[in-house]
Amino acid sequence: MLKKISKSPFKGTPEQEAQLKAVIEENKHDSSMLMHVMQQAQAIYGYLPFEVQVMIAEGMDIPLEKVYGVSTFYAQFSLSPKGKYNIAVCLGTACYVKGSQALLDELSKQLGIGPGECTEDGQFSLEATRCIGACGLAPVLNVNEDVYGKLVTDQIAGIIEKYKNA
Amino acid sequence: MYRSHVLVCGGTGCTSSHSNEIIEKLESELAAKGLQDEIKVIKTGCFGLCALGPIMIVYPEGSFYSEVTVDDIPEIVEEHLLKGRMVTRLLYDETVEADTIKSLEQTKFYAKQKRIALRNCGVIDPENIDEYIAHDGYQALEKCLNQLTPEEVTNIVKDSGLRGRGGGGFPTGLKWSFAAKNAADQKYVVCNADEGDPGAFMDRSILEGDPHCIIEAMAICGYAIGASEGYVYVRAEYPIAVKRLQIAIDQAKEYGLLGKNIFESGFDFDLHIRLGAGAFVCGEETALMTSIEGNRGEPRPRPPFPAVKGLFGKPTNNNNVETYANIPQIILNGADWFKAMGTEKSTGTKVFALGGKIKNTGLVEVPMGTTLREVIEDIGGGIPNGKKFKAAQTGGPSGGCIPASLMDTAIDFDNLTAIGCMMGSGGLIVMDEDNCMVDIAKFFLEFTVDESCGKCSPCRIGTKRMMELLDKITEGKATLEDIDKLEQLALYIKQNSLCGLGQTAPNPVLATLKFFRDEYIAHVVDKKCPAGVCKGLVQYYIDAEKCIGCGMCARACPAGAINRTDYIAPGHKLASFAIDHAKCVKCGACMDSCKKIQAIYKK
Repeated sequence: MLKKISKSPFKGTPEQEAQLKAVIEENKHDSSMLMHVMQQAQAIYGYLPFEVQVMIAEGMDIPLEKVYGVSTFYAQFSLSPKGKYNIAVCLGTACYVKGSQALLDELSKQLGIGPGECTEDGQFSLEATRCIGACGLAPVLNVNEDVYGKLVTDQIAGIIEKYKNA
Repeated sequence: MYRSHVLVCGGTGCTSSHSNEIIEKLESELAAKGLQDEIKVIKTGCFGLCALGPIMIVYPEGSFYSEVTVDDIPEIVEEHLLKGRMVTRLLYDETVEADTIKSLEQTKFYAKQKRIALRNCGVIDPENIDEYIAHDGYQALEKCLNQLTPEEVTNIVKDSGLRGRGGGGFPTGLKWSFAAKNAADQKYVVCNADEGDPGAFMDRSILEGDPHCIIEAMAICGYAIGASEGYVYVRAEYPIAVKRLQIAIDQAKEYGLLGKNIFESGFDFDLHIRLGAGAFVCGEETALMTSIEGNRGEPRPRPPFPAVKGLFGKPTNNNNVETYANIPQIILNGADWFKAMGTEKSTGTKVFALGGKIKNTGLVEVPMGTTLREVIEDIGGGIPNGKKFKAAQTGGPSGGCIPASLMDTAIDFDNLTAIGCMMGSGGLIVMDEDNCMVDIAKFFLEFTVDESCGKCSPCRIGTKRMMELLDKITEGKATLEDIDKLEQLALYIKQNSLCGLGQTAPNPVLATLKFFRDEYIAHVVDKKCPAGVCKGLVQYYIDAEKCIGCGMCARACPAGAINRTDYIAPGHKLASFAIDHAKCVKCGACMDSCKKIQAIYKK
């Protein structure tokens, strides 16, 4: 899977770094915990910038090449920052046969960004996601933690509006 | 003692439709009426009828409220829980019959079901180990440790005929005996909860609704094969399941049901959770183990099989969640009890996640050998909006489809394989006449192209080439030769890929080619998509009799393809418009602009 790699400069804070260091310290004895550490790092920074991967590689004493290999292998790891509101449209089969592709197209059109991209103001990012398991509500999309189900394209504008100035 | 119990579904489906808010409101309303010591609110796992969520049941009456909203709660509390009068208006309409209320088991959705793996889902509070124990929980483990030898345990599982529910259908007992045979200082029990098939949520519901039964079954497996450690590999996309499983593990440790010297038998067993990170291939057992070890989840060649050299190079037994969920019941009730259900070679039951174009989307568990027609028409309630059933897709991106002509096939492992389909893990997506089968095949292939780990070339390159051929077909640029090429390539990839992902990736294409070849031919020869889905082949038309000549469509058209004609329809004042198909870019903007009059259609 191709990944978009962010070109914007790294803006990590000392607090974030301290949190990450603590996670590394706790797990550095066990190299099989690498994915767990990376998941925690993504929770701290929102994504996995190159600088963070270097910190993990050095802290865990694992070659950077391996950390990078893992970060690009798994869909969950993001190499570019997400918007304040990440809109994830489920493209699982149940949602797909009920028209979720049309929802994604409409969002793309209204936000002016493709899947995997972020709007310039950093407010929204868009993502096509795997089955989230809410098939009874298909088609479904998530805005951060909020779930919207049984949608039709006419509702898209209303959803964007709700978060635009939030 | 409570006089009433209110069970509210806390599965992912109902949580997404805000069942948590319903629970909060219930608790605050009950407190306001001073009923908190008389009525207990319990958050359970999935009831199965996700289409009607959020769901709540009031016992002892068994009243089944569906699609409950927060605003309904004060009325239910006041009328039903305080005054004892059911709010009939809000009950699931299938349970309301003239003046009586039918029990849930009598409704069409539940009548033909047989819940073994799902027996506790929607019945107990998954975050409370005492409720599991009250439902015979951990009795099977106790029986194994104190009354049976490891060989006897394996033999019971063997005799039951249980086959792996993750898709392969390999006999579970046989698998256990392989791992048991290999002596080693350390062995592992692994549970595959990396349910990656889009549209499948059986395993998630079991983990959310009955996490202790997985812990118990894994400990039993550990005893049978001689392993003292286990790993559950679960998708990170399932936060509720992860949380409840962690709670369950902590409780089991506290009760001494995990850890050292369980039931004072000298048997030790410990369990860890590892989170996946969104890679479909990690559902393949060797890739899953590679991922637990902290690597890119690439599969390994077999042999050596995991029973010889598995996780961290040690003998390992790997089963999926639903397989484990059957184990405690088999141990308690015996192999014969289990064998009595299902067909000769596929014993027991199977859980299916019903989704797509079907009325009752949700989770169902039926005995093996139930026909597809029973599942779709009786349990699923048929196709909504009066549309016609076209096909059911099973097994996700590795599976195939069952067309309407084979609806009376009894579902079991061997029957489905015989018709060129596969059981898969249990996702069952229903499609109607509005779905294009070529587009569906393309959808699944897109998925496997994306998820191919890249290690072996038949899968990495082959699926990409297949994708290009399908693109050609859906754009109307293919020839009949391309269909033959597609078929040949599919068979080649099937035979030469390294792991299950590649070996099954061409299945959706092969199955649709087998049953819906005419649709492929329509795309290639007639340059038409019969279902009107494939954008490249759709043509837009303006109905001259309906067109009022307002010109909105012509203004919306980015290609200047719409012009006024000379024709004025009877009863209209202005001449109608028409689309020049040579200029049309098929964006659909005209159709959007004509929502009021609806004079534009596509074909």
